Amino acid sequence: MDINRRDFLKVASAGGVLLSGVGSAQAREAKPRIKDAVGMLYDSTVCTGCKACVSACKQYNEMPPSFSSNDKLWDDPLDNDSKTLNLIKLYKNGTAAVKDREKDGHAYIKRQCMHCVDAACTSACPVSALKKNEKTGIVMYNVDACIGCRYCQIACPFNIPKFEWEKTFPQIRKCQLCSHRIEKGGYSACAEFCPTGATIFGKMDDLLEEAKKRLTYKPGEYRKYPVARVDGKEKTERLVTPYVPKVYGELDGGGTQVLYLSGVPFEKLGLPDLGPKSVAQQSETIQHTIYKGMIAPIVVLGGLVYLVHKNTKDK
Amino acid sequence: MTKPFKVLMALALLAGLLVVIRFIQGLASVTNMSDGVPWGIWIAYDVVAGTAIACGGYSMALLVYVFNKGEYHALVRPALLASMFGYSLAGLSIFFDIGRYWHAYNLVLPWYANPNSILFEVALCIGTYVFVLWIEFIPAFLEGLRKYKDGLPKFAQNWDLTGLEKVWNKMVFFFIALGVLLPTMHQSSLGTMVVIAGKKLSPLWQTPFLPLEYLLSAITMGYAIVVFESIYAARGLGRPIERDMLSKLSSVIPWILGAYLVIRFGDLLVRGSIMALFAFNYKSLLFIVENALFLYAFVILLSPANREKMKPLFMSGVAILLAGSLYRFNSYLIALTPGPGWYYFPSFSECIITFGLIAFEIMAYLYIVKKFPVLPKVGHA
Repeated sequence: MDINRRDFLKVASAGGVLLSGVGSAQAREAKPRIKDAVGMLYDSTVCTGCKACVSACKQYNEMPPSFSSNDKLWDDPLDNDSKTLNLIKLYKNGTAAVKDREKDGHAYIKRQCMHCVDAACTSACPVSALKKNEKTGIVMYNVDACIGCRYCQIACPFNIPKFEWEKTFPQIRKCQLCSHRIEKGGYSACAEFCPTGATIFGKMDDLLEEAKKRLTYKPGEYRKYPVARVDGKEKTERLVTPYVPKVYGELDGGGTQVLYLSGVPFEKLGLPDLGPKSVAQQSETIQHTIYKGMIAPIVVLGGLVYLVHKNTKDK
Repeated sequence: MTKPFKVLMALALLAGLLVVIRFIQGLASVTNMSDGVPWGIWIAYDVVAGTAIACGGYSMALLVYVFNKGEYHALVRPALLASMFGYSLAGLSIFFDIGRYWHAYNLVLPWYANPNSILFEVALCIGTYVFVLWIEFIPAFLEGLRKYKDGLPKFAQNWDLTGLEKVWNKMVFFFIALGVLLPTMHQSSLGTMVVIAGKKLSPLWQTPFLPLEYLLSAITMGYAIVVFESIYAARGLGRPIERDMLSKLSSVIPWILGAYLVIRFGDLLVRGSIMALFAFNYKSLLFIVENALFLYAFVILLSPANREKMKPLFMSGVAILLAGSLYRFNSYLIALTPGPGWYYFPSFSECIITFGLIAFEIMAYLYIVKKFPVLPKVGHA
């Protein structure tokens, strides 16, 4: 290549300055939990699969039934969808004889938005249609901002945001942790209507403390489990069964505001094995490293303008 | 109107009809996209692969205006035209794909802007770049108008466009510089876009080096499309092939393609992700096909003798375009799985809309190259 030596040195040194600046850029740090964030604790061993929570969610979010059969007799979705923001699924293995046992057993799992601490969807959305509420930490959807690009669906490690494919004017749908009820002093309908205490609502600190406490219980003993709210008066006494020794959501994917306890490995219940680093952090680290302060693009543009101007001057 | 033109027109019209249905009845009526596969061929092909194939203008601008290789000047305009159409059609496809298109302007409203979003940057970059491409085409357009002066309506015949041409000539360097910066940004960021998919994207494609791999492959595809289009248009329109220019141009490709392959495989080996190849599933197969095509082109173009012959040039150009497109299809669609049980194959209507847009692009390209001074002058040195 017969590039002018001077030009090469100019471009190369500019590139060197750029790389040195870029190399020292901090990775985008992990987001901490919001102090007064609220969320839920779902204990699969307490759940009986009655689906009162599914019914309550439909009712209090004014969602129509979803049908997976031709008879269309009752709401029977096979997965979360644009009309099913909360769902109970069943894990089955072999004879499915024993509840909360991995082999030849069965277990229930509740699926809804995890309201992640470092949510991928809020990072992905180009128009900030998904944002974490500063106080509650609930990941809220703003339909007025949304352009329907569905990048949130690509980003969410739990595949929670659902889209109204069959509508002329579609939007994204997902659990909003009943923020419309919380505003009026209430709490999430699924927690309120859960008869066993499998789903309880509360402040994250309290829920995490309760979850960790349960991991210290001995299988076979009887313990008091809170019902509806972790700080509520109502409690139920029940037989403790073995737990997988982990609170899913404490650190997974950067942490979530819906915590899970289970007797069966979380992966079997469909909860993905995510490291402690959120995908939002990974994506933004790369983007910020390259584009921090728009320094690199401006410097490169300057260099390009100089070179192109010089090369087109006499044309 | 030749027969091929009529076929293209029929395809474009049918696509137009289906687009109307899409807007009246919603996306489910014409596509097979679903919550498990929210992005289908309209994104994977029309936007991601399509803009990479449309990188001819970018790659040529880099060569001619930044590295000052003026001998390739004649190849710039046809590349620019293909880029103009490719990118405009990508923009149009996005408009058809997004569900709440009437809110598209939210992207430029500062209170909605999310600069942390890779898609935010990509959308604004591509939007600006389409604008830049159309501006860069102005001199060819003005020259053509001058040629057809007598055919223009009376009021336009005495327009003095030399003033406009002078202004453009004074400002062009800035737009050319932008036209090199913007694709560098968004073609690499198209790779960064799928980083957030995390483990949903197979380890054979997921890597922090995605932006670099996307950029290098896009530049390579830019040169490949110039080679492909030069040979194809020359044959199709009965013009001589720019043999010397193409053989020299193609000597650039092994460098960039080589860098791409070193980074691609180096990264896979260092992180150990190459082990996923031994799962022996459809992803392994697609990985092998994708890289076999790249390697084939690389090996062919290493030999100077091959670069002088039209057949190897054409075949390697095609191989690079296929490989680069497959790389993008794999990382955006085929190897990006939310979990077991999800299935996608584009619907008939979805395909017709894509093919119809391509048909329209080809028709417009053919019309413009016949009417406006775009292709290299015959007998050009």
